[in-house]
Amino acid sequence: MTASERIAGTVANYVDERTGAAKWMKKNLNKVFPDHWSFLLGEIALYSFVILLLSGTFLTFWFDPSQREVVYEGSYAPLKGLEMSAAYASTLDISFEIRGGLLMRQIHHWAALIFMAAIVVHLMRVYFTGAFRKPREFNWIIGVGLLTLGIVEGFLGYSLPDDLLSGTGIRIAEAIIQALPVVGSYLAFFAFGGAFPGEAFIPRIYTVHVLLLPGAFLALITVHLMLVWYQKHTQYPGPGRTEKNVVGYPLFPVYMAKAGGFFFIVFGVTAFLGAVASINPIWLYGPYTPGQISAGSQPDWYMGWLDGLVRMAPPLETYIFGRTISWNILIPGLIVPGILFTGMALYPFIESWMTGDKREHHLLDRPRNAPNRTALGVMSLTFMLVALINGGNDIIAITFDLTINQIMWFSRIGIFVLPPLAFVITKRLCLSLQRADRDLVLHGRETGRLVMMPHGEFVEVHEPISPEKAWLLTQHEQNPPLALEESDLRGVRRPGVLKNKLRARLSKAHAVSIPKATAEDLKEIEHH
Amino acid sequence: MSNEIEAIKDPGLPAHVHRRADTDPKAAAKAERQVAILFLLSALGTLTLIGAYFFIPQDAFIFFPVLGNTNAHQLFLGLGMAASLFFIGMGAIHWAKTLMPDEEVVIQRHEFRSEDEDRAALIATAKAGAAAAGLGRRSLIKRSLGLSLGLVGLSPLILLRDLGPLPGDELKKTSWKAGTRLVTDPGDRPIRADDLEVGAVAQTLPEIGEGVHRKLSDIGKDAVLLIRLRPEEFNLDAERLSWTHEGIIAFSKICSHMGCAVALYEQQTKHLLCPCHQSTFDVTRAAKVIFGPAARPLPQLAITVDSEGYLIAKQPFTEPVGPSFWERSS
Repeated sequence: MTASERIAGTVANYVDERTGAAKWMKKNLNKVFPDHWSFLLGEIALYSFVILLLSGTFLTFWFDPSQREVVYEGSYAPLKGLEMSAAYASTLDISFEIRGGLLMRQIHHWAALIFMAAIVVHLMRVYFTGAFRKPREFNWIIGVGLLTLGIVEGFLGYSLPDDLLSGTGIRIAEAIIQALPVVGSYLAFFAFGGAFPGEAFIPRIYTVHVLLLPGAFLALITVHLMLVWYQKHTQYPGPGRTEKNVVGYPLFPVYMAKAGGFFFIVFGVTAFLGAVASINPIWLYGPYTPGQISAGSQPDWYMGWLDGLVRMAPPLETYIFGRTISWNILIPGLIVPGILFTGMALYPFIESWMTGDKREHHLLDRPRNAPNRTALGVMSLTFMLVALINGGNDIIAITFDLTINQIMWFSRIGIFVLPPLAFVITKRLCLSLQRADRDLVLHGRETGRLVMMPHGEFVEVHEPISPEKAWLLTQHEQNPPLALEESDLRGVRRPGVLKNKLRARLSKAHAVSIPKATAEDLKEIEHH
Repeated sequence: MSNEIEAIKDPGLPAHVHRRADTDPKAAAKAERQVAILFLLSALGTLTLIGAYFFIPQDAFIFFPVLGNTNAHQLFLGLGMAASLFFIGMGAIHWAKTLMPDEEVVIQRHEFRSEDEDRAALIATAKAGAAAAGLGRRSLIKRSLGLSLGLVGLSPLILLRDLGPLPGDELKKTSWKAGTRLVTDPGDRPIRADDLEVGAVAQTLPEIGEGVHRKLSDIGKDAVLLIRLRPEEFNLDAERLSWTHEGIIAFSKICSHMGCAVALYEQQTKHLLCPCHQSTFDVTRAAKVIFGPAARPLPQLAITVDSEGYLIAKQPFTEPVGPSFWERSS
């Protein structure tokens, strides 16, 4: 027995004698985690969150969340003697006077961008592989909640320095609040402690940014991870992997070393970005004043789609009974995002309603084997992408020598035309891939070897694929669409006939597939 | 196609293939050395960080081909930190991948649904509990509880009331009054018509007393843009034309869409463009919206000159400036 083995044993004994947790710990230290690169995406989000907590705490030691006006006397010459808020001045001090301050600011901002990007890519992985299906619907909803909170938290974070660019962002947020029917101007005055910008907003969102939302994040992330732990991770299909087992590596020591090591790698890469890639150089923007603005004002990328939707909105306002309803703000700023995020949160239930599938699923789908779902996902992404492109229309116009009007009209038409087009194309691609899978199983893979037959014909030699590969390509279920009768046995129409019709149609669309190769198909081919 | 048709069989987990380090002690020793080197690189990173923190002055700059002129203090601090973290991670993962067991383990899942017996017992317990509480029978309790719970939710709302004042007519008013002088921003100097050449633009604010502090919330409503055209270039009705002075026209600079500063003026086309959402306003037609999401023109400020020849407001704005709100009447 080596020294480290002895120590490990002593620690385990010490803990158990005080908690009686031996059985629980043994089970959990041996817990198996499936291995796949795409399972690291959620981990990146988690680690970025830890980096955000650490670097954010550092920043709070010097940041002064106050809109009190001060005269800047720091070492950055171009702004010397200028009046500005204490928030902006202290951000300059962090950047120029505190050693490592700029590094920490840049790490914090990069980590926020990576956090949001990792959440979005993780969400895509979960969606396209069907990992949200029963029993994981709760975790899907928590994930959508975390994404939403992340957008808000990021926005509040980059608003805190009170520079000209972020102040403009707050101005827009205020306009959205103000546009709410009936209560808008009241809510805006309450939030800002009076007329915009007032002196209350930065201190208030500071509390929300460093206390309220991080608390909510901690709680939701804890539940998210506990559910992953308790429900065990999903796994990709393959030989030996079933709905009933988990194939992978034990938590201790392999997974711990890998996951722990990966935290340091994510932190290291973020620090590298903070060291070499300048981000949000607020000293170039100047302090916020409502009468000024910089051209090319852009939000961070995760807000870009929202800004793009607002930019492409038609100039619609309704004036009725001496009141104003600003459709040009409400539709792109609240109604469309509300529909998108509600639809996203409810999708697991919608799909299970369409397919009538109430069983547990632990094996992931290959995206091609769920063409309808994959197409819907690509359609949503296309929508977001068009909106995001329009959010940068001014930058794109300058870079590619186009006019803003051209890009705007492209987006206004594209936002309606391109997503459905993406749906159709994706669905067909998925079915083609299914067809290719079927051919591969039945006819083997092309070897690239050409053989000349005695009578002069050239044929390419095909080689049967391995049993493992054949299993991977055929292991998925292909369920028939729901059979919903419109009338019962006596010919009486059932109640809710329209709803049933819709459900039957959706179910049929969802079940479209190329019949997978079976053992019988193979036998039949062998006879030829 | 249903699943009753004979499917292709699952061949089961493939046989484990050993790594070189599992069988060859030499390879294992090599892997161990590699892990150690990675950890040592991390230590080197921390030393770089310490060195940069104490020995590179904060205002030292260094030139790198891709990065350009970079602050050396910040760069080496960051690179040291990045290396110290990154190589710990690389070391740990290399260790796990080469030397820790890589045999896949299989454990079984269990359905989450409890045994029917337990479920029935739970339902019975829930029913018994609900019956014991008797909420269904005691409607007086049910209703009064509903009332008090509903009311208790109000108190945080009430307590938040003092977050800010009521809007009153704050959103509808600006500081501009008949006779208020237009002054430059920045500089606070009054402006004569001659100060502006044709094609020029000036950002202005209402004059305030000496030493009076100008609040940002006032700038947010009062900012006015002056633009001088040739008088014949205007395409305005008689009233709006009378609001201009020798070809100088004044608009609120606060966008009628979402309140950004409408700061981009295209001299050739005589268009004002808001950089936030690209609403475009035609100056010659009283800032009519010709593109983008804004639904209303920028409010025009009637201007004239006083006895000393300085530009003044003829009257306050005739409509609220800035983004729309519910109580706005047009």
